[in-house]
Amino acid sequence: MTMSSGEAGLLSEPPLLEVDGLFVEFRTRDGVARVLNGVSYTVDAGETLAVLGESGSGKSVTAQAIMGILDVPPAVVTGGEIRYRGENLLAASEERRTEVRAQGIAMIFQDALSALNPVFTVGFQIEEQLRVRLGMTRKEARARAVELLDLVRIPHATRRVRQYPHEFSGGMRQRAMIAMSLALDPDVLIADEPTTALDVTVQAQIMDLLAEIQAERRMGLILITHDLGVVAEVADRISVMYAGRIVEHADAPSLYRRPGHPYTAALMDSLPRLDLKGAELNTIKGLPPSLLNIPPGCPFHPRCLMAQDLCRTDVPTGHRLGLGRTSACHFAEELVRSV
Amino acid sequence: MTDPTTAAAGTTATQDSQSYVVVPEHIEDAVKTGRPRSLASDAWRDLRRRPLFIIAGVVILLLVVVAVFPGWFTSADPNLKDLAHTREPPSADAWFGYDLQGRDVYARVIYGTRWSLLVGVGAAVLTVLLGSVLGILAGFAGGWVDGLLSRVGEIFFGLPFVLGAIVILTLFRNAGVGGAVPIVGVVVLSLAVLSWPVAMRIMRSAAIAAKQQDYVKAARALGARPARIVFRHLLPNCLAPVLVYATIALGAFIGAEATLSFLGIGLRDPAVSWGVMIADSRNFVRVAPHMLLFPAGFLTVTVLAFVMLGDAVREALDPKLR
Amino acid sequence: MSESLATEPILQVRDLVKHFPVRVGVLFKHTIGHVRAVDGVSFDLHRGETLGVVGESGCGKSTLAQVLMRLEPPTSGSARFQGRDMFAMRGAELRRLRRSIQIVLQDPYTSLNPRMTVGDIVGEPFEIHPEVAPKGSRSAKVRDLLDVVGLNPEHLNRYPHQFSGGQRQRIGIARALALRPDVIICDEPVSALDVSIQAQVMNLLAELQSDFGLSYVFIAHDLSVVRHLSDRVAVMYLGKIAEIGTEDEIYDHPTHPYTQALLSAVPVADPTVRGQRQVIRLEGDVPSPVDPPSGCRFRTRCWKAQEICAESEPELATRGAGHPSACHFAEERSVVP
Repeated sequence: MTMSSGEAGLLSEPPLLEVDGLFVEFRTRDGVARVLNGVSYTVDAGETLAVLGESGSGKSVTAQAIMGILDVPPAVVTGGEIRYRGENLLAASEERRTEVRAQGIAMIFQDALSALNPVFTVGFQIEEQLRVRLGMTRKEARARAVELLDLVRIPHATRRVRQYPHEFSGGMRQRAMIAMSLALDPDVLIADEPTTALDVTVQAQIMDLLAEIQAERRMGLILITHDLGVVAEVADRISVMYAGRIVEHADAPSLYRRPGHPYTAALMDSLPRLDLKGAELNTIKGLPPSLLNIPPGCPFHPRCLMAQDLCRTDVPTGHRLGLGRTSACHFAEELVRSV
Repeated sequence: MTDPTTAAAGTTATQDSQSYVVVPEHIEDAVKTGRPRSLASDAWRDLRRRPLFIIAGVVILLLVVVAVFPGWFTSADPNLKDLAHTREPPSADAWFGYDLQGRDVYARVIYGTRWSLLVGVGAAVLTVLLGSVLGILAGFAGGWVDGLLSRVGEIFFGLPFVLGAIVILTLFRNAGVGGAVPIVGVVVLSLAVLSWPVAMRIMRSAAIAAKQQDYVKAARALGARPARIVFRHLLPNCLAPVLVYATIALGAFIGAEATLSFLGIGLRDPAVSWGVMIADSRNFVRVAPHMLLFPAGFLTVTVLAFVMLGDAVREALDPKLR
Repeated sequence: MSESLATEPILQVRDLVKHFPVRVGVLFKHTIGHVRAVDGVSFDLHRGETLGVVGESGCGKSTLAQVLMRLEPPTSGSARFQGRDMFAMRGAELRRLRRSIQIVLQDPYTSLNPRMTVGDIVGEPFEIHPEVAPKGSRSAKVRDLLDVVGLNPEHLNRYPHQFSGGQRQRIGIARALALRPDVIICDEPVSALDVSIQAQVMNLLAELQSDFGLSYVFIAHDLSVVRHLSDRVAVMYLGKIAEIGTEDEIYDHPTHPYTQALLSAVPVADPTVRGQRQVIRLEGDVPSPVDPPSGCRFRTRCWKAQEICAESEPELATRGAGHPSACHFAEERSVVP
């Protein structure tokens, strides 16, 4: 049984984007890595879902599966659905997927320098989409490109539109990438670690920009990150991932006030905080499991301070902790009550 | 960064976890077998499973045996001339027939393996040695040393190969160099002299890249002297691309020797190589094709085997594929 | 005299400058300008303390580390270790100095030679400085070091690629510790690690400091991380120190506008303070270190900038708030909620 995050059945309209029980495997030389093991989450118009996890948790792979840009092979989708406005993308034709890509769901990446083609001007890269997908003329496309660069607060847009990516600074490149992703007016924007590689002052500017754009256009925003600080500032709801599974869904204030899963709790405990000066940091002992060989039962049990015998044998399914909150832990209720 | 297959390795709840940072799974395996897994041994394990490598390896091994013990494969004398049999096609007595001067082609092909391989291996080794030394020097020292060596390399690189070889070999010929071994030596030398710039460039760029790595910085921070940095840190990490070039070049050198012999400036009597045989056959291709086909066939197979080997080794040593 | 020795800083840096020439030309290169990476940095490091150095990209903190480790020659300025001039040392004296100051590097994937075993990597300092450990005792010392950093000594025959990022960083720390240095310069030691692993490594660094009496120069861009380990903090911008003080002074009573903006930009892991924070957003990007603004370098992005800021460069001096700040209009403003 997989967990879903929204309140199903009570809404008449399907959520804007819904990942339902997604299973993905990577067939490698050393064996089969079970990268996603029943991932489900939803995002609606105008809301920000943060997908929180460390490296190897599968958060980026999920996003790539949604966009249809997974390397197949070695990746294989072995189960589940991805529904955009109710339509299952995994069952759709390649044409339909291409249509949805960038026009329905767009994505921005961590490293703008490698996501932007260095041999074409930024203007060209934006205009290309407009001309090919929307059939605009050159003039129209150029005008729209300048508009978009303005929207993302790049100064001197008319000049910048004729420049190459390497002539932009890090923060500006990221803005240019955001402008590109907005060109076709997507309903959903997936941001995969958009600010990890940026300086903290630039990060703040970019996060402000994303929030503004999202509010204006009522876009659904999926923010993939490992940074608990960034999540606290912008997320409405949060899905925490570990070893290819969602271990907790919650709204932001609840998650931080009372984490419902030992992994979430341990993660928060181990953070050094700007406003707290501690002596020793709490750590999570051990390492995340190899996806080639995930331990039986709960994948977190080898590192969990609360682990019992049950955890070694039974995979925990979603325990409801209240409105819109679920946790994949046998002892979720106790954990929440004890804080 | 988010490639799940390279994500942190596994944990198993062992006694270790109480006192030490938990150990990744594949180290557990090595602990059981007791053997460390170096990059070289990882590469070897990888190679053993590749069909390309196995086929190439077997072929080359066979050729080496032929080269070292030609007597095991034929009892005929490659230099025995019997004009009665001139240009005879293959038969039960002589599997590959006879050449113009009545010599057993099969025997000549067998004995020719030695010289062909020797030239190939010798030239490859010399090229790699020369190129590597100069390349590491240029890459590590940088500055004017690099500038000078690179310019010199470019000059040699610009020399047309065949022309240059003709000049060098004619020089030696006129100086009266004779006898099989000296002739082979001269051919090897000329091949190396004209080919070292490529090896130098490869080594140089590998050295420059390795120099930037943090572990070199760390070594300098510890106070390591240049010699230590070059031999302990740079060299082992720069060998891979050069090694791969060497295996591929080996095949090319064998072919080059054939070319030189064809032109009449490479090996000649009494040394027999496939190149010499191909050269001898050029006027009789239509009437006695067997004189050309067999040595050419061996040459092609050998070159192919080395190229395949080089390809397989390159893939196995590539750390990005680990 | 012994009292002054006890209180004398272990490291004294004065007016350190490092410029990199920008060269162009195909055959013969000529210099058209300089990247002013470090442009006049002064600070003291006391025995047993951790000095955090924070700043964003282009501020020069990594270059500072390189120059202090004598991996790059300084353009001008001085650095004294226990009173002795570090930059004047050569040959054997320099090699002896290296035993006292070591470095931990940022990237766990490139800071270890992939063709050497872990035992060789950690043992290399002893090979370079044989006077520290006679041949017979080296193996024992290497095992000891691995144990101290939390790794199983039985694994000294393994290669770096068999370890995770956090473990590799521990190996790097063991290597730095081998010669029992007095000062360790940590150049972004946890930046490349996952959050949960960062905590482990930071605890290790803190433990080692107290066990071995180490002094750290801790360079990082993550302000929360720096605060956790540091006693004093220096904030760098475009090659200069903008503000320096105890961690309490810097984080709770910042006076330089850049420090305030920096602190304001750091996201706090608490959704309930959304909307309650002092939000300072800087416009634009960091100017190029090849051509920094005249006068105060921060003036192009500073909301307090006046004419005087373009004309005269503010000195790093104590201006009423109790700790040095390089701003004509330094004024305390608490930004951390």
